[in-house]
Amino acid sequence: MTRGLGRILAARETGILIALIAIVIVAATINPRFVTSADGWRDLLLTPSLVLLVAVGSAIVIITRSVDLSVGSVVGLTAYLTGRLFIDIPGIHPVLVFVAGVLLGAVLGLINGALVAFARVPALVITLGTMYIYRGINVSWAGSDRINASDLPSGFRALGTGSIGSGPFASIPYLTIIALIVLAAAAWYLRNLRGGRELYAIGSDPAAAELYGLPVTRRIIIAFVASGALSGFAGVLYAARYGTVASNAGSGWELEAIGAAVIGGVAIAGGVGTVWGAAIGAFLLLTINRALPIIGIDDFWQQAVVGALILGAIVLDRVLAVRRHRQRIAQREETR
Amino acid sequence: MTTTLVSTATPTHAQPAWRRWLLSREAAIIGLLALLVIFAFTSIPNFGSPLTLTYLLRDTAPILLIALPMTLIIITEEIDLSVASILGLSSVLTGVLTAGGFPFVLAALIAILAGALAGAINGFFVTVVGLPSLAVTIGTLALFRGIAVGLLGTTAITDFPEFWTDLARSTIPGTPIPSIMIPFALLAIAFAVLLHATPFGRSLYAIGLNKETAHFSGIDVARSKFLLFVLSGTVSGFAGVYFTLLYSNARGDNAMGMELQVIAAVLLGGVSIFGGRGAIHGVIGGVLLIGALGSALRLANVGSDTIQVITGVLLILSVVSASVLRWARSRRDAALGRRRQAAARATLDTTSTGTTHVP
Repeated sequence: MTRGLGRILAARETGILIALIAIVIVAATINPRFVTSADGWRDLLLTPSLVLLVAVGSAIVIITRSVDLSVGSVVGLTAYLTGRLFIDIPGIHPVLVFVAGVLLGAVLGLINGALVAFARVPALVITLGTMYIYRGINVSWAGSDRINASDLPSGFRALGTGSIGSGPFASIPYLTIIALIVLAAAAWYLRNLRGGRELYAIGSDPAAAELYGLPVTRRIIIAFVASGALSGFAGVLYAARYGTVASNAGSGWELEAIGAAVIGGVAIAGGVGTVWGAAIGAFLLLTINRALPIIGIDDFWQQAVVGALILGAIVLDRVLAVRRHRQRIAQREETR
Repeated sequence: MTTTLVSTATPTHAQPAWRRWLLSREAAIIGLLALLVIFAFTSIPNFGSPLTLTYLLRDTAPILLIALPMTLIIITEEIDLSVASILGLSSVLTGVLTAGGFPFVLAALIAILAGALAGAINGFFVTVVGLPSLAVTIGTLALFRGIAVGLLGTTAITDFPEFWTDLARSTIPGTPIPSIMIPFALLAIAFAVLLHATPFGRSLYAIGLNKETAHFSGIDVARSKFLLFVLSGTVSGFAGVYFTLLYSNARGDNAMGMELQVIAAVLLGGVSIFGGRGAIHGVIGGVLLIGALGSALRLANVGSDTIQVITGVLLILSVVSASVLRWARSRRDAALGRRRQAAARATLDTTSTGTTHVP
């Protein structure tokens, strides 16, 4: 019991969670409406939920020592597809729209994964290219046209904005519940299943994983498909949440998602980190954005704070890694 | 007899230098650029007008400038994603300081120095703390952009001394070539000499190919990389001053996303993302290829969305084609080797059977 508690306290994710709670408390003491008003409470949970989904996908890819820069473009493309489906096929069942969005995202992810895995080219280059391509397709498809809230069925919109229960502390938005279920499933897969563990093995040492006989190509493709499908899912929910979808929807999300993962302790060098960390990172990033004006810092400084956070997180990880390394050496010396 | 059996690799240096050059990535990119220009010249109206060339070079100048240090950084197997944010920061500083009553030259110098300092911050985290440059520069991408936006908010400063804005927009007298090409040409020559003709430049390739080997050969890997990040920041700072003058506009979100355009052009120009390979002339060809393509397509009334798609496809093709070529070459070499071995074995068999029948 105490060992379990100690492990939780020592975990990298706990530090980020404490920072998140501290920010919420500080903002709430200055302006209680930050959490106690119905809107404040709802936004606190709702705003990070979409980025959380994308960040979980990014974390899975980064754990395999790759990176997916195309997620923002996938979100935009699937969000627009969602609107188009509702407009062009009147009365289409929302479940079909979800299936279509996730499938499109998965196919776009498959293209990334296949190019990365078969051509043996760094994912940075491939997904930089597909980021341009997917966004370009989106812009040429949508033009200056945009999806409006009135184009979407009200039931579908309610999914993006409604909650179970009502009032502060007693309600939880549907989107947050969906995000948490996806998060728990992804965390379970990565922690307990063979495929998930192999992703860590590949990220720690790709050459060793290959020699050991792990299906490296297939696993990398699966990671990219997961990232694409999650972004596609987030794209459909984006339409539900915001109602209006222009051709620049989701642009810049790739950096938010990668930032969330890195802040949450997922190492860019692969093989380290959890999706829980990435999720808390997403909450921290977007909550800071909302808390800054309350704390009295002009919200123009948001991005600077995000940058400082990312740098702080990777420096912290480096310091912890060095210290662990020294401790191990010291232990080895003692047992000798 | 045994030597023919063993030597199965094709000797690449058997070909004369000019033929090897013609087969290189750089030559392919420059050839493609020439083809594109000839094609656009003959079939797209107005592409041949001097004004097109002026605008093309003027607008791609920031990318051309930043691509030079970026080439060196990628050759050492690092990356700098923060260049466009440094450009934005330098632009805002130029504006804020000029509006605050500083003489323009002093404001510009401070902005360029700030760029160098920003590069030094990147270099510090990469070389002293020992963090991956991808993670560091994603962080500073947000940090520097955030400082730029924080300093100026959504306002813009548009009032600059006319002498300097006119200079930034001027062309070399008697030609349609913008004046910025003079400092660019000087910088390009300096970078080309630095990279291709000095021990420091050659050591960058060694670092990119194998950091440990480079270190044990007496190359100060950390110092070299630190210097490159400072160079990258300085050039981005200079590009920021130019950008501000060219459009008479200092804004926090200037040149947002340009880092990806720069990297796309550098990789298209034949620099390997794995490090250890690339040349300045190829990179200049790559930047101009993307710039000319965009300019030609715009003149042909193709939307910016299609240009975006084509840029992406070009980037992916440029890296995938390299691995397909590598794969094809290894297949060909293997087949050649097998054939030679078989031939050698055949001659060996006939001679050996001949000798066994003697007694």
